[in-house]
Amino acid sequence: MHGEGSSRKVAREELIQARKLLAKSHAERSYAAGEPILQVRDLVKHFPLTQGVLFKRQVGAVKAVDGVSFDLRKGETLGIVGESGCGKSTVAKLITHLERPTAGTIRYKGNDITRASGRALKAVRRNIQMVFQDPYTSLNPRMTVGDIIGEPFDIHPEVAPKGDRRRKVRELLDVVGLNPEYVNRYPHQFSGGQRQRIGIARGLALRPEIIVADEPVSALDVSVQAQVVNLMERLQDEFGLSYVFIAHDLSIVRHISDRVGVMYLGKLVEVGTETEIYEHPTHPYTQALLSAVPVPDPEAEGRRERIVLEGDVPSPANPPSGCHFRTRCWKAQQRCAEEEPPLAVPETFSDTLPGEAVHHPSACHFAAERAAVVGPVET
Amino acid sequence: MSLLEVRDLHVEFHTRDGVAKAVNGVDCGVEAGETLAVLGESGSGKSVTAQAIMGILDTPPGRITGGEIVFQGRDLLTLPGQERRRIRGAKMAMIFQDALSALNPVLSVGYQLAEMFRVHQGASRKEARAKAVELMERVRIPAARQRVGDYPHQFSGGMRQRIMIAMALALEPDLIIADEPTTALDVTVQAQVMELLADLQREFNMGLILITHDLGVVADVADRIAVMYAGRIVETAPVKELYKAPAHPYTKGLLDSIPRLDQKGGQLDVIRGMPPNLQQIPPGCAYNPRCPMARAVCRRDEPPLYEVSALRASACHFWEEMCDAR
Amino acid sequence: MTGTPAIEGPDEAETLAGVESEAERARGKGPSSPGREPPERARSMWSDAWHDLRRNPVFLIAGLLIAFLVLISVWPGLIASRDPLSCRLGRSLDASSAGHWFGFDTQGCDVYTRVVYGARTSVTVGVCATLGVAVLGSVLGGLAGFFGGVWDAVLSRLTDIFFGIPMILGGLVFLSMTGSRSVWTVVAFIVLLGWPQVARIARGSVITAKQNDYVLAARALGAGNARMMTRHILPNAIAPVIVTATIALGTYIALEATLSFLGVGLQPPTVSWGADISAASQGMQFRNAPHILLYPAAALSLTVLAFIMLGDAVRDALDPKLR
Repeated sequence: MHGEGSSRKVAREELIQARKLLAKSHAERSYAAGEPILQVRDLVKHFPLTQGVLFKRQVGAVKAVDGVSFDLRKGETLGIVGESGCGKSTVAKLITHLERPTAGTIRYKGNDITRASGRALKAVRRNIQMVFQDPYTSLNPRMTVGDIIGEPFDIHPEVAPKGDRRRKVRELLDVVGLNPEYVNRYPHQFSGGQRQRIGIARGLALRPEIIVADEPVSALDVSVQAQVVNLMERLQDEFGLSYVFIAHDLSIVRHISDRVGVMYLGKLVEVGTETEIYEHPTHPYTQALLSAVPVPDPEAEGRRERIVLEGDVPSPANPPSGCHFRTRCWKAQQRCAEEEPPLAVPETFSDTLPGEAVHHPSACHFAAERAAVVGPVET
Repeated sequence: MSLLEVRDLHVEFHTRDGVAKAVNGVDCGVEAGETLAVLGESGSGKSVTAQAIMGILDTPPGRITGGEIVFQGRDLLTLPGQERRRIRGAKMAMIFQDALSALNPVLSVGYQLAEMFRVHQGASRKEARAKAVELMERVRIPAARQRVGDYPHQFSGGMRQRIMIAMALALEPDLIIADEPTTALDVTVQAQVMELLADLQREFNMGLILITHDLGVVADVADRIAVMYAGRIVETAPVKELYKAPAHPYTKGLLDSIPRLDQKGGQLDVIRGMPPNLQQIPPGCAYNPRCPMARAVCRRDEPPLYEVSALRASACHFWEEMCDAR
Repeated sequence: MTGTPAIEGPDEAETLAGVESEAERARGKGPSSPGREPPERARSMWSDAWHDLRRNPVFLIAGLLIAFLVLISVWPGLIASRDPLSCRLGRSLDASSAGHWFGFDTQGCDVYTRVVYGARTSVTVGVCATLGVAVLGSVLGGLAGFFGGVWDAVLSRLTDIFFGIPMILGGLVFLSMTGSRSVWTVVAFIVLLGWPQVARIARGSVITAKQNDYVLAARALGAGNARMMTRHILPNAIAPVIVTATIALGTYIALEATLSFLGVGLQPPTVSWGADISAASQGMQFRNAPHILLYPAAALSLTVLAFIMLGDAVRDALDPKLR
């Protein structure tokens, strides 16, 4: 009698376990390649401009991010490009919960994590990690490399049992291509490229699914940039990571990204696959941006047509009405000042089919293709 | 006669940890109307070379230990200080990377431009101001007349760089040295500034030394490129030939390691290791620890700058192999 | 750009090996042979600073002097066998003699013994006031810098108010209101008016440290305020506080002497250099017997000098900009 009861209990527990496993595998399956792992909708971040010392009053707002939406799929790299002040770094900080959005939602695997706090936030942080731009200020100079890479385990003790941490840190150093014997060294004993590897190892420690990299190579020497880019690509394959790769260097973004979003003054102006954006850009800003990037090949350079934009980026505290780009755009007309173009497949291309290169979202009333923006593609 | 001839220039820095050999025998020259790009990574000695030519090297800790800098037939290194100063500004000028720190924040840009004319040409206050406005228009600053009294922080990065260019141009020098003039700027602004610089150079028929780490920027504007590594020029060539057929493994490595806008690539080819410590430059060829072609002779003998063709030179023992490889 | 990237560190060959391990991995060789080089001793800012200090003659001289001062303030009996309070008026202003090297003061006390015993007062006031100022100042300044906003606004105004009170004037007012003053009254007064100096420094350096990406990185990992403060901000913000406090120590010793000289500091029977200097200068007695002024004044100057030299040496060692 007694034994029967306990065996029934065991059986029920097994059932529960099995069901949990099933649910888990189902969850994993539904987030297999192609499914969005991160969905960002209408994200807005305004930084208030205040006056006064003790009693502050708001006199305006810097609209750093002004309605940004995108999906990130599992295992893919989404590149976000734009010039300084376009809000791309703020997007990184919003996704990693370093800043709170003014409005909009961020969903991770379907769950709204926009306003997560406490334990839920901690769980989010385990899955979304960040790699910073400046390898000189992103590592605490008073901590050894072992402590820096081991800190994630101190904060999330459930990830690695205490006795296991030292080994894990050494493993991580090895994974990013550094000698595991370096655990007791301090950051200043490393070069910029090596420091960036340490930063990547720290980001990897919690085995996140998403890594947000904000200009991860722009502070490095040319010959070292390639090493770090290759490392990031290898790690993506090894750990099935999804990257949000933020940079101003369009060449590197093309190299590493599957899809690319172009930002201007707090908004995404064009989103598409790497081919769509680089070979069939339809937004004038994307075209100007691409044509301005010098190509290290004088012959290819001679075959390109350069669009030189007039003027500077307007202040995000006071962006132009309608289309933000109209003040520098050669196509601008009255309509652009009155009506903000939505980020959607432009009307002009409404008769194209999905899969055609021009069939991608572009926030322009007068979207059109333009020849020889990037230059002839060599194979 | 060349406008500028640098011969076997050596510069050392004395630091607490020892002597850093920043420049180790640089030979190069610029003609009037020519653009020479000096390409290199941090620590390659490109900026130090520029500072030595300009005569603004911090001494100490820096010290020019050998060589000649012949400008319009005169060796600048043997000139008395006063004559040197007269050449600087009037005959040769420099454009820096960070315009905000190179301009005086408490003086209006108009004043700073006018000062050049008042000091060097003894112009009156009014004349000088008129010339300042003219100069600002020349570098295509919109509404120059209204903005002449503005302070540096009131201009955007691109506009500040234009003001720097205006200051350099003020006395119509024969040589301009631009040290990473567009590195701090956004791509679209970068293009504007580079174009302006190239136009003005053509107009005034100046010699231009463009110092940069960006292989892309140079491709468009330079006539000739000198690639520096560990304080030496390792390759010099007309721009098209350099990109098409590098004759030094370092140049080739650099070209292969940067992703290109017009190509979707897989794995990038990587130059392994990192630039050498200037206090312990490897014996033989400084590039040998990172070079895929390195052999015993590279670890032993420092390669001279071999003549590849009339206009080209390469400091690699195996330059012929580099050229045959294609 | 200078010729030497400072970061390249002391061992280029080894760091090179570190990166090449990736090339080896790619070729399927595994990591560079472990244990090839012994794990080296960790070098931190503090050990670097100590390394510098040990070679700095200024620090060595100041350190020896201070060690000696601390020793005699704990055990004055080591070098003075008499009682500083047993005085005989009959020997008033007597010049130095065998066994009484510094002579006698107006009250007929042995000047040498009083100079030795005075060290205890000075060192106690200096050390305790500095500790108090450093703790109070860095806590208030640190809170203002870390939390910002209203905290910062309120604490910063409070700092400004206290900063505006002149030390001597404040001493004349506050201390004259107290009845009997001990060493602790003076310490409390110095802490009360001294903390803003440290609070300002602490606030500034906390704000600087807070802006570093590694603090953001810690936050992205989920670190709480306590961890960020203790692990990331404090260690990087503490150096300027230590430097300011070390330099201030000497000035607090001088301040105690000044207050005692003005009659609002320490009172008999506490032995204090300031009080003795004050006594010596009354009625111009030092004209006839200069030794009663000379010795306590020299001891005071030497002590203040030693602490300020120490502060300078510490600043040189901790300030990365001078490296």
